[in-house]
Amino acid sequence: MTMTPTMTKPAVVDERVGKRNPLQQLLGRPEVGALVGAIVLFIFFAAVSQTFIQPNAFATVLYGSSTIGIMAVGVSLLMIGGEFDLSTGVAVISSALTASMFSWYFSMNVWVGVILALVVSLSIGFINGWILMKTKLPSFIVTLATFLMLTGLNLGLTRLIGGGVSSPSISTMDGYESAQAVFSSSVNIAGVDVKNTVFIWIALVAVASWVLLRTKVGNWIFAVGGDANAARAVGVPVKATKIGLFMAVGFCGWILGMHNLFAFDAVQSGEGVGNEFLYIIAAVIGGCLLTGGYGSAVGGAIGAFIFGMANKGIVYAQWNPDWFKFFLGLMLLLATIVNLIVKRRADSSKG
Amino acid sequence: MNAKQIDQQQLLKDEKDPLTHTPVHLLSLEKVGKHYGNIVALTDVTMAVDNGRVTCVLGDNGAGKSTLIKIIAGLHRHDEGVLHVMGEERKFDSPRDALDAGIATVYQDLAVVPLMPIWRNFFLGSELTSGFGPFKSLDVQKMKDITKKELAEMGIDLRDVEQPIGQLSGGERQCVAIARAVYFGAKVLILDEPTAALGVKQSGVVLRYILQARDRGLGVIFITHNPHHAFPVGDRFLLLKRGKSIGYYDKKDITLDELTAQMAGGAELAELAHELEQLGGHGDVVKEVQAEVAGTASQLPA
Repeated sequence: MTMTPTMTKPAVVDERVGKRNPLQQLLGRPEVGALVGAIVLFIFFAAVSQTFIQPNAFATVLYGSSTIGIMAVGVSLLMIGGEFDLSTGVAVISSALTASMFSWYFSMNVWVGVILALVVSLSIGFINGWILMKTKLPSFIVTLATFLMLTGLNLGLTRLIGGGVSSPSISTMDGYESAQAVFSSSVNIAGVDVKNTVFIWIALVAVASWVLLRTKVGNWIFAVGGDANAARAVGVPVKATKIGLFMAVGFCGWILGMHNLFAFDAVQSGEGVGNEFLYIIAAVIGGCLLTGGYGSAVGGAIGAFIFGMANKGIVYAQWNPDWFKFFLGLMLLLATIVNLIVKRRADSSKG
Repeated sequence: MNAKQIDQQQLLKDEKDPLTHTPVHLLSLEKVGKHYGNIVALTDVTMAVDNGRVTCVLGDNGAGKSTLIKIIAGLHRHDEGVLHVMGEERKFDSPRDALDAGIATVYQDLAVVPLMPIWRNFFLGSELTSGFGPFKSLDVQKMKDITKKELAEMGIDLRDVEQPIGQLSGGERQCVAIARAVYFGAKVLILDEPTAALGVKQSGVVLRYILQARDRGLGVIFITHNPHHAFPVGDRFLLLKRGKSIGYYDKKDITLDELTAQMAGGAELAELAHELEQLGGHGDVVKEVQAEVAGTASQLPA
């Protein structure tokens, strides 16, 4: 046997750079764990349930995903920026209640209420962020307080103004039709009705990804979440960035709130409690680190999609939905462990 | 200790600013002080920084070194005295102010975000963009190229500018931070204990970059508690102790020996040796302490 000399190694490449094949490069992305999870889950439900892959059923899955996903976009950005927000679930309802109650009480065009709701949503975000920056308390405490206060305000003001636990119907008011067309309509694609929230969701993800990866602000978001002191020292406006992120969450909450309102024509004032965790879960499953500085908007979207698939898939597979929560917890645990490994790898210094 | 102290008024009185032809320091502090509530962190500190010179600030833990640089870097405002930048009196409200005045700081904890790629860290806070209005986007390729080029010019042979900066060694991270400051047109470069956490070899590498920055015409403020690192690169030495200046020397007026003695409490060590001797302590211990006092001189870096 002759030894064949294998000396055809390219010499121009720095010898310290281990060859990174495209697969390894892909594995370095924050959302890759979630993507693998999503594919596995899709194949799994497609195998156990014939209905799951029907176009109509899939449109329903997408719709369910979009109602979580729209918020998950904002929450993901916020989490990359190193904070989280427990008030998102009820803030969505606050926004919807503002629009409906204001328009109803003053008998105004619903668009006036819609705009006012936007102002309220952005203000809630601003106040959250501003208090956080002023007091330097953990965002857990500040937004927990906002969560409780908003829950109370939702119930209290709805009873005070409307006299019930639900906002009065606004379906006959001026502007209702056009607002419904914007916030809650369907688009027929090849015979399948797809809710327009799906498109809003995709558009938000695209914009958020662009901002995150290709703008100054995106760089600042990673920086304030990764190390706020370091960011401040090199001249990044840390406070403005964080407050802006809370307001972005408010904006997403407004969109979802308007959808909730115009999908029916009224809102239950006690709704929304607990949803904040779904958004956070979607972001975490999607690869956003709880400690900030790492993650992606696409990851949050995949997280929401996993949530949507599991939620509806269990129904289509005709299982008892009781299992859903267990499943969600398991996903969360696995995703967090994957994130932890990623973070340790990135943090490890070779010096 | 008979080393001659620097008289700020006399310092460089014959040298002119190349642009304005007026005798002016790049940065100067006159009797600057800072207190936090009733805690006095710094009093009566006078120093000057000039182009192409390294001013070393030496002091033990708690001597006020950090407070001093925080004032110059714009993280804290001073309460007493005046700070001049290019002859103009200034008081910085934020690090951005200081940066805009040409003062860049490389912090002990480096002011880098470990999880972010090297090129993003390099341009953090001063990103390059292209496009207009709301569609301004990052000029990624240009930033990557510049990062690679600038680091190569500092003699840093980089593997991949996309890798998270947290994966670099401490010395490499220091160098990225220094290169960043140099690239962004810093006139004054403050280095906060750049060698504190580094091994001998890595420290040597960083000291070389300090000289490189100096040779590029920057005024360097090098903060350290190690006189063996300060002496070979420094032109001037400001010694701090308990928030006060205990000496301000030009290199020609002081030896490493004297510097070490003043700086690391050499006088106290000698006193301790004497005291131990008087108390009839073990000969070995006394010798050890005496050797410590004397030995510092022999540890001159090659």
